[in-house]
Amino acid sequence: MAVERAGTLPLQSEQHIVASRQMVRALCQDLKLSLVDQTKMITAASELSRNTLIHGGGGTMRWEFVEKNGRAGLQLIFEDQGPGIADLGLALTDGWTSGTGMGLGLPGSKRLVNDFDLDSAPGAGTRVRITKWK
Amino acid sequence: MKNDYAALLGALRDEEEAIIEEWLAELPAADLGARRANQAEASELLRKLRESLQAGADPARFESADWAPVHDMLVGLSRSRAAQGQSAGDTSVFVLALKKPLFASLQRRLGAQPEALAPALWSLSTTIDKLAQHTASTFQQAREDIIRRQQEELLELSTPVVKLWEGVLAVPMIGVLDSSRTQMVMEALLQRIVETGSELAIIDITGVPTVDTLVAQHLLKTVTAIRLMGADCIISGIRPQIAQTIVHLGIDLQGVSTKATLADALSLALQKTGWRLTRDK
Amino acid sequence: MDRIPILRMGETLLVTIQVDMQDQTALTLQDDLAGQIAKTGASGVMIDISALEIVDSFVGRMLTSISGIARILSATTVVVGMQPAVAITLVELGLSLEGVRTALNVERGMELLRRAREESSLGR
Repeated sequence: MAVERAGTLPLQSEQHIVASRQMVRALCQDLKLSLVDQTKMITAASELSRNTLIHGGGGTMRWEFVEKNGRAGLQLIFEDQGPGIADLGLALTDGWTSGTGMGLGLPGSKRLVNDFDLDSAPGAGTRVRITKWK
Repeated sequence: MKNDYAALLGALRDEEEAIIEEWLAELPAADLGARRANQAEASELLRKLRESLQAGADPARFESADWAPVHDMLVGLSRSRAAQGQSAGDTSVFVLALKKPLFASLQRRLGAQPEALAPALWSLSTTIDKLAQHTASTFQQAREDIIRRQQEELLELSTPVVKLWEGVLAVPMIGVLDSSRTQMVMEALLQRIVETGSELAIIDITGVPTVDTLVAQHLLKTVTAIRLMGADCIISGIRPQIAQTIVHLGIDLQGVSTKATLADALSLALQKTGWRLTRDK
Repeated sequence: MDRIPILRMGETLLVTIQVDMQDQTALTLQDDLAGQIAKTGASGVMIDISALEIVDSFVGRMLTSISGIARILSATTVVVGMQPAVAITLVELGLSLEGVRTALNVERGMELLRRAREESSLGR
């Protein structure tokens, strides 16, 4: 049982992607999310961790238990100092399709969580914040 | 600033009993059980308020973590009242009614120093207002949570998955097909598919009033999930008007078999799973 | 780094994925399978993912790749045992695993591979 409310994991290698999945699983279990919600959150974390490593040149995942109006949730922030995303609109464009999963997979990840925030600009790195509420 | 609250703290410390009496007197008449509950909640809130002020929490910064015990207490208050079916108004009234006895107490203590009394009353009023505001917003959230849970339970009840035959499941969809409904159906149906090892699921949409692009998307999500797991499905209950809408909107059903009636769907399902029906004359 | 073992059962290669794979492990599996199909002339590949609680886009692409590679080498691939939560998540993610055949369990998977073998031998 995690006693801390927040922490940070490095995302500098493939092993770190696995570690981030395992960490998010433990956190979701602490929050007692349903199995489907857990699966979605861990999968989203896997996608975003990989993005941070592959496209962002490495970075960090910060996790934190949050609360809003008496409702508990898990927030994850993926941050890197990489090249950044040039066209945010394009990166987030996608209806639900049977896509090949190429590229950043951001629209897909967005659908897996409740709150999704993307902050990025060329040369200014990327920051993705996701939250899953109980 | 601190002086404004020194008097308040003093009042909370020394006159707790009297304040609670006056506070409860302000509240609408209630039965004995409710009065006892009110009393318990009142003394707990006063105690938490006193402890927080004593620990140095700054009432001007109610959002800070120092006020967490009071926040938590108010959240609990809202949730229990929301669960009992009380209104947001009742809950705010409970908190706001605390003003009168505390005002009276401050007046007693600072009556001789009007320059100190006015700011103390103002600060007190602001603090109580913040408490009431916090209660109101958490009440809202608590109500929404309860409604959401009830809706989920209702959805679960109205999503029965039936085993029609060896290897053939059916689920009747009733009502508007939205995203949370779809989630529920997918979870229930997929779970049963795994448990029973059924290869075919019949989704009957006779009870779905309209099918537009969005509804079709939800249906197709379910179909895709079923196929991903290695089973297949048939959509039945397609009324002529719905068939027309589907063609008109150019919706691509991606090769899913469709039938007008559940009976036709069952017939097709049996055929697909290798059953042959014969009838004795 | 774990290496996923590949078992051979007659004309079928059997792979059971039970660990949370690193990306490299998945790529190595792909290479190993391609090599094994070519070497053994297997006509079927079964990948059991019943123990996988997470299938993200990387693993999804790996399954699609293996399917494609096997097809070129005249083998049929079937992925079995997908968990409901995984299926729901893949759909939401937008991955439909085009071209990947799936079956509910090992038994059904073997049936599918047998049928595919029969059909292709008829075609010859």
